Amino acid sequence: MKHGKGETLLDISDLNVAYRGMSGWIPVVRGIDLKVERGRSLVLLGESGSGKSVTLRAIAGLLQEEGARVTGAVKVAGEDVTTMPLERLLDLRGKRVGFIFQEPMTAFDPVFRIGDQIAETVVRHRGVSWKEGLARARELFDLVQIPSAERRLRAYPNELSGGLRQRAMIAMAMSCEPELLLADEPTTALDATVQIQVLLLLRAIQKERGTAMVFVTHDLGVAGEIADEVAVMYAGRIVENGPAEEVLLEPRHPYTQALTNCVVRGSYRDLALGELGGAPPDLSRLPPGCSFAPRCAARTETCAETDPPIRAVEPDHRVACLRAGAPAMA
Amino acid sequence: MSLEFGREAPLPAIADRGGPAQKLLTANGLRKWFRLSGGLVGTRSVVRAVDDLSLSVAKGETVGIVGESGCGKSTAARLMAGITPSDAGEIVFDGETFWAPGMKITAERRRAIQMVFQDSASSLNPRMTITETLAFGPRAHGVPTSEARAYARDLLAAVGLPPARFAERYPIQLSGGQRQRVNIARAIAMRPRLLVLDEPVSALDKSVEAQVLNLLVRMRDELGLSYIFISHDLNVVRYISDRVVVMYLGQVVEEAAADDLFSAPRHPYTRALFASKPSFDPRNRIKVAPLLGDPPDPVNPPSGCRFRTRCPIAETLCAAKMPILADVPDAPEGHRAACWAQVPGSGHSRAPRVSGALQ
Repeated sequence: MKHGKGETLLDISDLNVAYRGMSGWIPVVRGIDLKVERGRSLVLLGESGSGKSVTLRAIAGLLQEEGARVTGAVKVAGEDVTTMPLERLLDLRGKRVGFIFQEPMTAFDPVFRIGDQIAETVVRHRGVSWKEGLARARELFDLVQIPSAERRLRAYPNELSGGLRQRAMIAMAMSCEPELLLADEPTTALDATVQIQVLLLLRAIQKERGTAMVFVTHDLGVAGEIADEVAVMYAGRIVENGPAEEVLLEPRHPYTQALTNCVVRGSYRDLALGELGGAPPDLSRLPPGCSFAPRCAARTETCAETDPPIRAVEPDHRVACLRAGAPAMA
Repeated sequence: MSLEFGREAPLPAIADRGGPAQKLLTANGLRKWFRLSGGLVGTRSVVRAVDDLSLSVAKGETVGIVGESGCGKSTAARLMAGITPSDAGEIVFDGETFWAPGMKITAERRRAIQMVFQDSASSLNPRMTITETLAFGPRAHGVPTSEARAYARDLLAAVGLPPARFAERYPIQLSGGQRQRVNIARAIAMRPRLLVLDEPVSALDKSVEAQVLNLLVRMRDELGLSYIFISHDLNVVRYISDRVVVMYLGQVVEEAAADDLFSAPRHPYTRALFASKPSFDPRNRIKVAPLLGDPPDPVNPPSGCRFRTRCPIAETLCAAKMPILADVPDAPEGHRAACWAQVPGSGHSRAPRVSGALQ
């Protein structure tokens, strides 16, 4: 996944995450490899339960504290997050890795003013005075284009609209100029006219500052707006990974193809929608072979026996499918 | 009912009265204001959730309602289904008054309009099995229990849930898509003529969304239903609707046939809403956000046109007078917009000229 002369900032290799279930460990992320270069944005695309949010939380080192079993390596600028002691993790989060959550209402503390919460982050990581922290918060509010910044800094989270809260969340994530921004469905809860504003803002900030970004979404349209690269997840695996244009417009994996066909477009009126029958597999009882095979229109007998490894079909484009060769499969 | 039922449905079909030309539902001047308690100095603030809503649904027609959160589309749905009483106006169903102020809707008449809600989990009773849920409505209408339960199994089969596997399950044992199928089955159990669907697929994954939409289209055709379909997802609304209504801050700002509206929107809000839709194609990204800021608070909506605070073409006129929903000149029939820029001779600089008038 080398694009030009970029330097790899995030390097995930053979990441496995399992949670304890009623009858043993349930694998939710199963051996994924990913690389993100500085200044690039990667979108993790998948349906609920595909493991995309868990992968994101693994990058911030949030899983160990939840009692999950994590193996493999997640390196941020060369340092492995999975083996990092807690104090170093606390330094990493906020300072070098910024996190934007889906629902800023629950991510902010409701009893503190927004400005104070941002200043606290700056003071904690930069060791500056409170006054300087507040001044930085003010600068950040200008960066994320919050009007009447002075008044909004003194507001409590519930006093801001959804769009403004999400901007404030971005301001907080950017407060220490992180090298890596992690965003978990940051625009899903927003209205259409506000969603596009926040997406454009994120895109601009990320490109201007050269921040790398991992962005989780289930929305192909959002991915189309923000992704340099796309990784499609299914049942804890990456099934397809490559440049956004190739993955979204000429998908090679049958699951990605089905997903792009399911997108409802108005012009399809009066035609039955492409349906993907069935449901994702129960992670505690995965089928042998390819996890997608039971729902796959292009499956063969070998698919139920061999779990396909992810392999390159183009220099930058990887697909985990035994049959992935030509761009269009039946 | 031809929907693969093993036996005749126990509830009678509701007979058509006025023939195909008569509108199935006509809502006139519906209004809902919610009072908020506890203003600072004793002032009581009012949320104008829906203001002067008029809407009609022809027989067999699907009317889509789009708008952003807080625009009043869900309240509008509840008013039209008669679940929330309106403050004013009236609802006429197939030529007969369905609801007017002070009137109580009888159970038999209420059967004609059924609702499906967005949250598939909270709209089912967690302590009832799927069969009990589906049999509940018909039993309340006097169908014997054993017959209602057998009917429930037929309904399950009709919405694609094999009764042998699903009949005795509780809602928690179903996925979101399966629960939404149960909600749809519960609605059609009453043999309604109109379904009001409030964001029925918004909480579902894309692949499941397609399954549920296909089911809804199939049922509409086979059972001769009409739909009011509410969604914030423009693609979904365009896919399923014959006619589309756009709401902003409690008011209808534009309505037209779906093809007409999506190919030539006239109201600046509708245009901005359509232009805000992510493009899907990385080579063709949106460069500039069509609108700035969030929708204003419905507690104190702007004077005049409620969209003027975000409107790119607002003029002084727009703050002074509220535009009414009127036919758009030179647009296909039935295309109406509430915008001074579309009213000939309104004084707005972009308004079309009055034909034949002296300038």
